[in-house]
Amino acid sequence: MKDFHLPWLELAILFCLVGGAWVGRLRNPHIARNWALLFSGLALIATTGAWLDFDYLDAKQADDTFHLLSHLTGRELLVMDELSAPLLPLAALLFFLVPLATLQTKVRRFSFAWNLVSEALVLALFSCLEQWGIITLLAVGTIPPYLELRERGKPTHVYIIHMALFILLLVVGWTFAEIEGGGGRVHSLWVIIPLLGAILVRSGIAPFHCWMTDLFEHASFGTALLFVMPISGAYAAVRLVMPIAPDWVLSSIGLASLFTAVYASGMALVQTEARRFFCYLFLSHSALVLVGLEVGPVNPLALTGALCVWLSVGMALGGFGLTLRALEARRGRLSLTHFHGLYEHTPELAICFILTGLASVGFPGTVGFVGTELLIDGAVEAYPYIGVAVVIAGALNGVALIKTYFILFTGTRYTSAVSLRIRSRERFAVLLLASLILIGGIYPQPGVHSRNEAAKALLKTREALAPSPTLPTPHHVEEHHAPEHGS
Amino acid sequence: MAWLGEAVIICPVALLCVLGIPSLLSRRLAETTINRFLQSAMVIGLAASTLMLCMMLPMKNPHVAVELGNWVSIPGYEFHIKLIFDRLSVPFVMLSYILCGTIFAFASRYMHREPGYNRFFTLNAVFLLGMVTTSLAGTIETLFAGWELVGLSSALLVAFFHERPAPVRNGLRVWCVYRVSDAALLIAALTLHHFGHSDFEKVLGIESWPGGRATVSEYEALVVGLLLLLAAAGKSALIPFSGWLPRAMEGPTPSSAVFYGALSVHLGAFLLLRVSPMLEKSLTLRIVIVCLGLLTAIYATIVGRAQTDIKSAICFASLTQVAIIVAEIGFGLRFLPLVHILGNGCLRTLQFVRAPTLLQDYRQLENAIGDRLPRLSGFWDSILPHGVRVWMYRFAIERGYLDVVIDNYIVDPFVAVFRWCDGMERRWTDYLSGGKSRESDQVTGSPGSLEEFL
Repeated sequence: MKDFHLPWLELAILFCLVGGAWVGRLRNPHIARNWALLFSGLALIATTGAWLDFDYLDAKQADDTFHLLSHLTGRELLVMDELSAPLLPLAALLFFLVPLATLQTKVRRFSFAWNLVSEALVLALFSCLEQWGIITLLAVGTIPPYLELRERGKPTHVYIIHMALFILLLVVGWTFAEIEGGGGRVHSLWVIIPLLGAILVRSGIAPFHCWMTDLFEHASFGTALLFVMPISGAYAAVRLVMPIAPDWVLSSIGLASLFTAVYASGMALVQTEARRFFCYLFLSHSALVLVGLEVGPVNPLALTGALCVWLSVGMALGGFGLTLRALEARRGRLSLTHFHGLYEHTPELAICFILTGLASVGFPGTVGFVGTELLIDGAVEAYPYIGVAVVIAGALNGVALIKTYFILFTGTRYTSAVSLRIRSRERFAVLLLASLILIGGIYPQPGVHSRNEAAKALLKTREALAPSPTLPTPHHVEEHHAPEHGS
Repeated sequence: MAWLGEAVIICPVALLCVLGIPSLLSRRLAETTINRFLQSAMVIGLAASTLMLCMMLPMKNPHVAVELGNWVSIPGYEFHIKLIFDRLSVPFVMLSYILCGTIFAFASRYMHREPGYNRFFTLNAVFLLGMVTTSLAGTIETLFAGWELVGLSSALLVAFFHERPAPVRNGLRVWCVYRVSDAALLIAALTLHHFGHSDFEKVLGIESWPGGRATVSEYEALVVGLLLLLAAAGKSALIPFSGWLPRAMEGPTPSSAVFYGALSVHLGAFLLLRVSPMLEKSLTLRIVIVCLGLLTAIYATIVGRAQTDIKSAICFASLTQVAIIVAEIGFGLRFLPLVHILGNGCLRTLQFVRAPTLLQDYRQLENAIGDRLPRLSGFWDSILPHGVRVWMYRFAIERGYLDVVIDNYIVDPFVAVFRWCDGMERRWTDYLSGGKSRESDQVTGSPGSLEEFL
């Protein structure tokens, strides 16, 4: 492991925590937003610096210089590796853009202080390789949305039940794993089943997805967006389940995710409200990431594709969500049963809507294209039916996307007493994301190469698996499932 | 020669950039500026492709492959970009440049001061890029990229007059069919990958088109060929997807001319021509292609005779010829379908752009003679019984009930299943919440449904 030239990760998290404490004391929401932007901007600079430094060091893993946190806790808590290197700046970018694109009229409804705290938790999560650290951060990360729901007087039952189940399963699963001797080996069903359940719940895999639609119904759009967009469930799957799970567990997650990808794409088509539509679109894509992660051990190309899609979904659907949020800020909750006629008011948002949406479904020339190609290609090599299902999900998502575009932006021009044109901060956010999506689409090689290295590193963690004496070995499981693999 | 090949593809890319980037930056280009860019791109692109043709003419084996390198390369996967200039692609590219250039010149006056002038030409630039990419594609992935660009620009141009609901609904319909077509093409590409091929030269042989010898087995040819036929059927409006073609006439006349009269509608036939060495491997596949082509030709000629607007009549006339071209490909012909495509494309473009003034001419003629122009009874009128003629008229006016069948047997059940799932989810979250769980139910709009929308 190499050391960074600066304590980038500690700085990024420190900026967010200090910012959260400072902004929470401010009463004026406009001033609070400016400070929040400053702190999240600093965190973005720090995480980007960490990524560039990591690239410069050409290391497999790197941690902060001076080792301040290590001296305090006695172990290396914050580490950047191939997987987390681009995820950190991506998460920081999303946490920076959401407050940036919040309109003046909505600043009172969005908690900038909690946004910074959530950012600190997400950045710490993506920098953490310690299993209990990941579990703690995932558990604590569920609190800010709950507090917001409670503060707004919204129903919390669905969210609480699912998150409590998630945390319980995670803790139970890893406790048994510790009892059985920790990672690096195949564990018993007492470990695997709870962890599998936890991943399914947190990732919103059907039938455990209702908490996500419920969160989008009741929380502010920004909070819901930032809670789901980093795809923390996939991160938990990679760090906690992938290194210890036998192949049949990964296949089970893959199959459930595949069903969710198709199911959610179909559900996106029949939604009559924009937030629910977005939620299902996101569910479909995040499930595709999990499909690739689980096919990965059979075909590394699919794993590389899934990691690429993870990034492209973050950028594309992040931008897509911001566009929908900007429209909602102008027109209130958006019904999808009648035309809104918004094109003439905000042509830039229309372009961004279609660009980010198309990027999410892997349209040529956008950041999602190569990732989706790799994912499908790898999946087909492993199991042909998966490739076909992924293509169907993509086709349905594409139809849902253009249908929603037409509903929101076409029709008789909406007459408004006030100007609905795009504001300069929104324009900056939109242009930044559009540039990233197009540049990533036109010049994908560095991104794909980096994800391929991350995929190799992940697969190495599975190579180290030691067979358990009480369970069928991975080899036996493979033999047992051989006819399915070949089908 | 490589630089000439690169110039052919760079022109539409540059055109798209200069028209698209200002839109993203909210900068409006003047009409004269847009026209200048259009003219430059068309002239340079056409000149480059013509020069390419001239340099290829003396060749014994006219086949030039321009390598643009690996776009993505990791162990086990390469996304290779290669352009192929041969007897098939060069005429198609030149046709694209000539017809797009003509239509751009026509549209610069036709769309003068129209709101969305810039949007119209930006989408046309996307279309041109898609056409050139598809025509020159040396790998199936590159072809797929161009194919998708053509589909997107088509759907958005059908919905160009977006203040009215009808063009938008029809645009969505076109997009839905194109997505099916895209999915079929992608699955075909994946199946080829699964069988271990992706480069056209490896699949179809390195000889110049149409002399290649496919390296796939009969079974592989049948599976991949059927998927490609499905993709071609969607793009070229063959049965059962023909319903979208008259709907696409809601777009501006210049784009209808170049898309559905000339280029886009022939793309399916082009795809079949491109993979024609593979078709020769499977007799079953060729029989299916011939049957589909002939069925569509009969359908289109019957339906076209009952259309009440000139654009729909022309598009069905065009479809009849496209279907015959497909049948010709199935019969194993190669150069005849290519010439047929070039001729039909030019003729229909002319008919489309002439259509508005033709109606005016008819009116003037009728005013001059003081009566309606005589309507001649056809051959079939004299030999078919009245009942059969009435049935055929209803069949034709309803466009063969194809849309109704698709709606009733595919769209409606699909929507019903997912609405049921949505209802079950509502009951589940209501149960967990102990009350009404959906705020979005209060978000109301005017009545409407997906079925109506489609």
